[in-house]
Amino acid sequence: MLCRKLLGRCALRKGEVTLQNVRTAAHFTYLPQTPNPALGDTTKLNMFQSINNAMDIAMEKDSSAVLFGEDVAFGGVFRCSLGLQDKYGSARVFNTPLTEQGIIGFGIGVAAAGTTAIAEIQFADYIFPGFDQLVNEAAKYRYRSGNEYNCGGLTVRAPWGAVGHGALYHSQSPEAFFAHCPGLKVVIPRGPTQAKGLLLSCIRDQNPCIFFEPKILYRIAAEEVPVTDYTIPLSQAEVLREGSDVTMIGWGTVVHVLLEVAQMAHDELGVSCEVIDLQTIMPYDSETIEKSVKKTGKAMVVHEAPLTQGFGAELAARLQEECFLHLEAPIQRVTGWDTPFPYIYEPFYLPDKWRCFDTVKKLVDYM
Amino acid sequence: MIQVARKVKNFGAFYQRALGFHHDSVRDEPAPYPGVKTEFTKEMRFILPEEVPTIPIYRVLNSQGKVINPDHDPGFEKEDLVEMYKVMVKTSIMDRILYQSQRQGRISFYMTNFGEEATQIGSARALKFKDVVFPQYREAGVFLWRGYTPLECMHQCFGTSKDFGKGKQMPVHYTGAKVNIQAVSSPLGTQIPQAAGYAYALKQRDRDACAVCYFGEGAASEGDCHSAMNMAATLDCPIMFFCRNNGYAISTATKDQYRGDGIASRGIGYGIPAIRFDGNDLFAVYNATKAARKLCVEEQRPVVLEAMTYRVGHHSTSDDSTAYRSVDEVKHWDTVDTPINRIRNYLTGRAWWDETQEKEFRSNARGEILRGFKEAENTKLPNPLLAT
Repeated sequence: MLCRKLLGRCALRKGEVTLQNVRTAAHFTYLPQTPNPALGDTTKLNMFQSINNAMDIAMEKDSSAVLFGEDVAFGGVFRCSLGLQDKYGSARVFNTPLTEQGIIGFGIGVAAAGTTAIAEIQFADYIFPGFDQLVNEAAKYRYRSGNEYNCGGLTVRAPWGAVGHGALYHSQSPEAFFAHCPGLKVVIPRGPTQAKGLLLSCIRDQNPCIFFEPKILYRIAAEEVPVTDYTIPLSQAEVLREGSDVTMIGWGTVVHVLLEVAQMAHDELGVSCEVIDLQTIMPYDSETIEKSVKKTGKAMVVHEAPLTQGFGAELAARLQEECFLHLEAPIQRVTGWDTPFPYIYEPFYLPDKWRCFDTVKKLVDYM
Repeated sequence: MIQVARKVKNFGAFYQRALGFHHDSVRDEPAPYPGVKTEFTKEMRFILPEEVPTIPIYRVLNSQGKVINPDHDPGFEKEDLVEMYKVMVKTSIMDRILYQSQRQGRISFYMTNFGEEATQIGSARALKFKDVVFPQYREAGVFLWRGYTPLECMHQCFGTSKDFGKGKQMPVHYTGAKVNIQAVSSPLGTQIPQAAGYAYALKQRDRDACAVCYFGEGAASEGDCHSAMNMAATLDCPIMFFCRNNGYAISTATKDQYRGDGIASRGIGYGIPAIRFDGNDLFAVYNATKAARKLCVEEQRPVVLEAMTYRVGHHSTSDDSTAYRSVDEVKHWDTVDTPINRIRNYLTGRAWWDETQEKEFRSNARGEILRGFKEAENTKLPNPLLAT
């Protein structure tokens, strides 16, 4: 009975709950967003296609730009670089040997020479061999040389986050490790439109940027995306749904969970939730989230990464500093648990809509 | 003039026999696997590294500075060689003064280059200015050769407002945009894949330039070094991997650093041409670097250079090397066989230099450095409130 109930929580379709559709069902619904009419013509793209499009535009406009990493030549394991080697040639789009520390170190050198470097790490879970190069070198390149040198032309891209069956080494969200390092930018899109605009911003930003791509969205997130060359500014959060009672802050996949929970809260509790997509984790848009929390007095931060020292900890600390007298409840964090990311227990690990809904109730019932 | 030893006929078969494979057992038929291009053999033989010949050390001068390989005398003009000698000596004088100043508490930290002056000046002389240099931290002679002044070094050591790095780093972590040398950074070996990447970018716009990356035999153990060599080989990067094998990584002697035949042998493993030479022999360093540069740039491929030398000084002012090596050993390399002595002997042997000039030059160099020291010591530190 309990088992059915738990399994039922995991499937979107109520009724027939089988092991197969539990495993393959996503824990959220992707709602395509309406494109900005000011950006003109659109075409339907999923997220790997929109990322491909961003890189295509970047490489067309910037004749120096190079794209490299493991398996990017044939199109990449997630097809993000499909067709790019054919179009730009193997001097500009090429495979590297299997070495993340080498890929990132090499990328720093390319950028230091003034060439735009897009380095792909196959999974964010494998970025750690390059941690030294990112933290000790890329982040400090400009600082330590008194601005004589920089590697601002470097962008590191990596698939990120839960995918349903990824387990320990294909599901991680390591943004907190890098947010802790002054000198790096960390950016996470919630869908194809944001992925294109934010990635173009990262590529053109004159600082080393890490762009994490929610892999579960590569195929299932599809919408009309403007074909033009457009950017979305870094360090600007976006309020997706205005509300007056609870502020919900997330990034990447979890934003779609929050949108669903906000609707549930409205329908079932009469509670009005404000949903904010942080977009840039570092440097983050503190102003927008503070403004929201001062309005609602109740805040929750949601992320897949483990609870302790997750980026929610930084946001909670900042919000309590800046909004203390406005708070009606302690700031809540709904996150992955403090364990490695599991395989069979993934549905229990994720901050799903039920846990988020419970947290809304907790916030609202606090006083 | 100097010919780089090229292909030996049937080197493949020769080498396989050198590895111990019986002549009849190889050349069975070529193997179709994508992983390697070689033949099958009927012989089951382990290749024992201790049975593989070591790479010999190329040299031109003997330890007294006498030319024993006359065909390979680079034929420097007097002014040229005297200039190189002067920079070697000036580097060592600057080292002596700044090391002492740390002992006196006037700068916080210092690292000397004693014993490695030829590896630095000899190689720097063979490069073009447009060849970007990625240093480790024991290449002050390369900076000075290219035109960085002792005063500029001292501004960095004091962290003054005139430091190009704006007081951000510990002493000897120079940043040299003025001399096309990238900033020194403390983590070891990190510069190696960066140099490979830089070389790759350089190649897209200038087929007559290369990247030169210096590192010690200790840093060569870092994963970054192995990654970099492999990437440089597969991506045809015009980079010279210049290893200063000076015998020690702080207290760790080479016997605890690697078990193979030094660093040059690794180049072969990665598919990179390699050469080993006497790092205390200015002529050999120059010749090898010049020839390596030609190979690197003309064929757009990496080269591994291993300069055998000796670290005469302590690792840094935080180290007392008497704790792990004998005073006699150091004394030999500090007095009997030094790169500076060898060139002085060569110069005086040709009547291009004498005792009077030696005294005068040393005195002037010392004076210049001491005046610079005073100036740097009295220069204000950077103001954190200023934007620059």
